[in-house]
Parts: sequence; structure tokens; C-alpha cells
Amino acid sequence: MVDLTQNYFELFALPVSCQIDQQQLASQYRALQRAVHPDRFAVDSERQQRLSVQYASFVNEAFNTLKQPLSRAIYLLRLAGRDVDMERNTVMDAQFLMTQMELREEVSELKTQANPEAELERLMAQVDGDITACLTSFEQHWHAQELEQAETIVRQMQFMVKLTAELAQLESELLDGEQERD
Amino acid sequence: MALLQISEPGQTPEPHQAKRAVGIDLGTTNSLVATVRSGVAQTLADLDGEHILPSVVHYGEHGVQVGFPARAAALDDPHNTIFSAKRMMGRGLDDVTALGGLLPYQLVAGAGMPQIETRRGLVSPVEVSAAILRKLADRAQETLGGDLDGAVITVPAYFDDAQRQATKDAARLAGLKVYRLLNEPTAAAVAYGLDQGGEGVVAVYDLGGGTFDISILRLEKGVFEVLATGGDTTLGGDDMDHLVACWLLQQAGVDESTIDAQQQRMAMIEACRAKEALTDAAQVDVHFGQWHGTLSRAQFNELVDSLIDRTIRAFKRTIRDAGLKVGDIDEVVMVGGSTRVPRVRERVESFSARAPLTSIDPDKVVAVGAALQANVLAGNKSAEDMLLLDVIPLSLGLETMGGLMEKVIHRNTTIPVSRAQEFTTYKDGQTAMVIHVYQGERELIKDNRSLAHFELRGIPPMPAGGAKVRVTFQVDADGLLSVGAEELSTGVKSSIQVKPSYGLGDAEITQMLQDSFAHAGDDRNARALREQQVEADRVAEALAAALAKDGQSLLSEQEYALLLADLEKLKQCRATADARTIAAEIDRIGKATEEFAARRMNQGIRQALSGQKVDDLEKF
Repeated sequence: MVDLTQNYFELFALPVSCQIDQQQLASQYRALQRAVHPDRFAVDSERQQRLSVQYASFVNEAFNTLKQPLSRAIYLLRLAGRDVDMERNTVMDAQFLMTQMELREEVSELKTQANPEAELERLMAQVDGDITACLTSFEQHWHAQELEQAETIVRQMQFMVKLTAELAQLESELLDGEQERD
Repeated sequence: MALLQISEPGQTPEPHQAKRAVGIDLGTTNSLVATVRSGVAQTLADLDGEHILPSVVHYGEHGVQVGFPARAAALDDPHNTIFSAKRMMGRGLDDVTALGGLLPYQLVAGAGMPQIETRRGLVSPVEVSAAILRKLADRAQETLGGDLDGAVITVPAYFDDAQRQATKDAARLAGLKVYRLLNEPTAAAVAYGLDQGGEGVVAVYDLGGGTFDISILRLEKGVFEVLATGGDTTLGGDDMDHLVACWLLQQAGVDESTIDAQQQRMAMIEACRAKEALTDAAQVDVHFGQWHGTLSRAQFNELVDSLIDRTIRAFKRTIRDAGLKVGDIDEVVMVGGSTRVPRVRERVESFSARAPLTSIDPDKVVAVGAALQANVLAGNKSAEDMLLLDVIPLSLGLETMGGLMEKVIHRNTTIPVSRAQEFTTYKDGQTAMVIHVYQGERELIKDNRSLAHFELRGIPPMPAGGAKVRVTFQVDADGLLSVGAEELSTGVKSSIQVKPSYGLGDAEITQMLQDSFAHAGDDRNARALREQQVEADRVAEALAAALAKDGQSLLSEQEYALLLADLEKLKQCRATADARTIAAEIDRIGKATEEFAARRMNQGIRQALSGQKVDDLEKF
């Protein structure tokens, strides 16, 4: 019997793993939404509609969690009994923090650069590369069931994903500025 | 009776009669109603053959008029003729006042939303919209030969919770059953997508009379997945008219602040006429009072370019939000009367490097898409063919310490969505917590829109940081939010359906309903009974259909017999009892069918995953 406490991988009939068949995920997602989406129950009883909203929300949440590598990694750790609490302050590797501070400095100086667009692109590529490296490393630790190390990697990844969002924000500011000058 | 026959094992239920379902485009300037007949979606005309209903309501000495006659009355009676009520839906007095010269009304701060002073008393934008919806519903009922079963009503994708709630309130006031609030660009994509069997990435550029929306969708195998949406609910063709009107006044040497509502209306009408003429002509003669002159298309373009800039900027941002580049867009669909302006098409074409699709009348495409969706939701057409996955346009969050916005659900998240976040107390012994809900993207709550606030009381006294309060946000398929809060160690619960600060309370809606019945000379009790009977019929029909489809496979013989008896009881009750008893019976049936409903959902999921037929599934 399917229930709302089911694990997301089972929900999509996928093996529990770091790598995921995105096409399979997307097509299972569509099939599930066709079955549970509130649009299928628009003329049904209020209770059936409420139930449908709950199920469809669950399917959406599961899909979003598995789709993104970071949320997927956090979810894998949770399944293994390790809740990665974002708010908790943990001691980070000094070397890692050093690199992060340098990166942040580069970001804050970006707007004053002669060619901010090119500099931004370089930084984005660098962070993307770092994230990819993290993913590989996470996968290795997870397979070896070295959960402590896997968790450390996930925390580092969170840093970098946040940085990516900031870079995207900067990019949009640069683009908008350009528009204003048009 | 037909409902009894389905209890016989193996018997197929009689094909039920097609539901009378309509799609309504409730626009700022014009509104339309459409329905699917013989498989074709088409807008419905009034007795004069007009499809468009101007979204104008005139509160005259001898009665209330809607549409063309109301528009005609505007010049002589501007203060009692309400245009563009949509721009005031779910907004506060300050927002509406900020629209300035666009709305020449005597506004009064009401409970939340502003009220407009007319000779027939104060009216709220919700009531004005309800009058427009009622007019369209009457038209549809006459054409289709009976009461409507339900309607899909379109809203700008960028409408926030308050604006959506106000729209739903208006439908309720008009006596309509709302199947779904559907985003206008999504509706347009449906009209084009089903028309052309399209696949790929589609951008819908929707510039209406008072709102601008941009949505990026991925179409694949009948699934319309909205990737991102953006826009501006205070930008539209009206603003173009206003800019041209200001230019006219300036040219005529008239100070805008010295003219009255009638002159203002005249300037707007002349501006709108000039704009429309410039769609085909290179220049147009214009006049205001004694002043005569010409307006060339080049001059007009220059006047409106800043407005179009704003739309292109939003377009860019939305593509970025979708995680795409301009080059990834396969098609651009143009929607809304304002996309007839050649300059708009030029700019969109040059930005997207695509010739925009305009084959479906941009005024009608939204209503047509809404009708197609209504037809599916009503069950007239198999839902297997089409599925719409829409998103929430603006982030939802809570106020945390220091007036900061803590986002709980981010914009462009697929709906429905439910998300919980835990908060804690900041003082020792704190026993209550105020939950203040906001919508918007800014970091400080004061820059976002306040939707609601409520208090969670009865938290047991603990040291600061000891209590754990889980706040759950649930957004349904209409994009409407409900919020619940719970203290986890004691289970103290507090939950509300968010009623926006600018919206109407249940009591106000009830009062308005009563007022409108009083005007209509209707008997309130009779009306209440009729409403419960309609609801009872709906519930009975839904249960009968569910039993026919899944009763045999999902229920034991005993369970089946019990539900069948319940169904029979409901029908008896409906035929003989008063409104309150019927309501209680409907509620009882709801509880009795809960388990069956859950099994049906689970069956749906299993089938979806395995592709199996009902017969192959294990019997309960």
C-alpha cells in the first residue's frame, strides 16, 4: 500500500542511489501526477480533493528532492539516519573555509572589474566544477558508507550552491544594468 | 433510478450527460465566456452577436447595467461607471490610489479592500467582478440550456494570494462553482498546444488591458509544465492609453490636475482610439476639446517604449528563472489585446528572434483555453489527454526577528505544494507566538505583501529556544494558501485558511449574498436549500461514479453495501429534508467515504507506476 511516509525512491520505483535516471524520474513523475493531481478530482467530494492535494504535494516534493543533486544527497543521508541540520553550526575544514573566503572576496570585487561578465563566467565555471567534484566525492563516501565524511561533503556543497545562487543574482543585476543602458 | 443500477456487478454505468462547463476570461477591459461543444472550444456571443463583454458596470438610477450599455454610460456618468475593477481586486486603498488618474472614482477605505462610492451605495471591486461574471454565466446558461455545473476562471499568473482569493470570492458571490482558477498564460498555451499538438519550450507573452504576464512552459506528451512565470499586475494597455492621454493634454495645453472625471475619460477614450488606429495607419488625427493635431506611429512608439522595456526585462528574468537561454525558446505565443500594437510585436520578435504566434484571436485565446480545461475537469473528456502543472508566482514566507522575511515556499515551485518549517521561541517562558504570513521576493517584510497573521497560544512555558513550532504552508491547485501551526511537544494546534488582509471575511461575503438576494426579492431559505440540494446531487453523483468505477475492486461486499445504503440515504434526505439536515448528511457521507477515497488514490498511484489495468490488481 502506498502511503505518504514512503521513501521517495520507492515512490518513483527507482533504486536508492546517488546517480539517478532523470528521464525515468521525469516520466514516472508525470505518470504519478496524472493519477493524483487535483485536476482529476475537480468534481469529486471535498475530501477526495483534499486527499488529492496532499498526494500531489507529496509527489511534487519527492520529485524536487530527487531531481537536484544536493537535495538528493541530503535525502540519502536522511535515509541513512543522518539529518543534516542546515542551521547547526559545525566546524568546517579550515582549508575549505579559506578557499571559500577567497572566493567570496573575488565575488564582492567582481563589479569593479574591467570585464565583470567574463570574470563572472569564470567564477561560475569554477564553482560548477567544484560542485561536480563534490558530487563524485560524496558518491564514493556514500558507497563506502563513510557517512561522517559524506556529511562533511554535503555541507561544503551547500556553501557552493548558495554561492551559485549569489552569482546568478549578480548575473541578473549585470544583465539588467545592461538593459537600462540600452 | 439510474444511480441504483450501477450497484449491479459488472454493469457499466450509463454514460452520464455532458456537464455544462465553461471557461471565463475575467479581463481588466473585456471579459469572455467559452465552452466546448461537439469537441470544439468556442466563445459564446450575446443576443446581438457580440462575443466580448466590456468589463464595465454602471450603477444607474434605474438599475445596474453590465457591458456595452454600461460603457456607453461612462461619458455622462463617469463616477457611477466602474471600469477596470480587476486592478482593484485584492488591493489596498494605497495601492489603488497609486494607480492615479487611471481610476477616477470616489474611493472609501473598506474592510480591507477599497469601496467605490456610487449612487447605489458603496460597492467593492469583488461585487463589480461578480456582476460581470453573473452576466457571462447567464449568457452561457441561455446558450447551453440549463444551470452551469462549473467554471474555470482565469487570473493573471502573477496574481498574488489576495488577488486570487478576491477572484474566487467574486465567483462565489455570482453563484458559480469554481472548478479551478487557471493562469491566463497557461490557458493560452493550452489553446495553442492542443491546437497544434506542440512539443518543446513555449513562452507566452500576455499583455492585457491592465496586467502583464510572461510564462515559460515545457510541453511534452500532453503535459503542460510551467517552468517559470513573471510579470507585473499593474502594467497593461490602459497604461499606454494613459501615456497617450497625458501627451494629448500636454499638447492641448491642459493641466491634468485641473480637469474633471468626464474630461479625463474623454482623453482616455481618444488615446485608446488613436492607439487602435495606429495598428494599421502610419499616423492618426487626434483632438481634445478645441485642439487638433496628429500622432504618428513613430511618436506613439516613443511614448510606449518604456512600458515595453519593462515587459522585455521581465521576459529576460523569467527565462533565467526557468534555467534557460533565449535560444531555448521554440515558440512565442502572443496573448491579450495589447499585443495587437505593432511595436509590441516588433520588440518581442527582435528580442526572442522568433516570429510570435498570433493565429488564435489574442482576445479569445485565454477563454478558449479555459473552456478546454473546464471540459476536462468536468469529466466530459478523459483527463489522460492533458495535465497542467502550474507554479506559484511569488514566494511565501513568514516574518522572523528583525522584520526579515523567511521564505518557506519559493516562487516558481510547482503547485500543489506543502512545506513545513520549524521555529522556536526567543524569550524564556514565552507562551504565544504571532505567525505573520507574507508574499513577495524582498528580504524585508515591509517590502512584501502582508497576507495574514494569527496567534498560536498555549505554548507551555519553556526556556528560550525550547519550544518547537512547526508552521505548515499548503498551496492548492488554485494557488491559494492555507497555513497551520503546531507546537510539537504538546500538540497545540492553530490553523487558518489564509484570508488576505485585503480580502473579505466569510461574514462579509455572507452579508453581500444576503443583500443581493434582498435586491432580487429572493427567499434566503429557499436559496440555501437549493444550494444544498445542488451540492447533494454533486456528492451523490461523484460517489455513484466512484462506486461504479472502483467499488467492485476496492471494497469488500459489506463495505460496498454500506456505502450504497449511504448513497440512497443521501438521495432521500436531499428530496425531503431542510438545508441544514442535508448539509449534515453530506458531511456524514464525506467521513464515511474517506477510506474509499484513500484506496482510490493509492490504486491510481499503483496503476500509474505499473501501467496495469484495474482487473490485474489485487482485490482488497
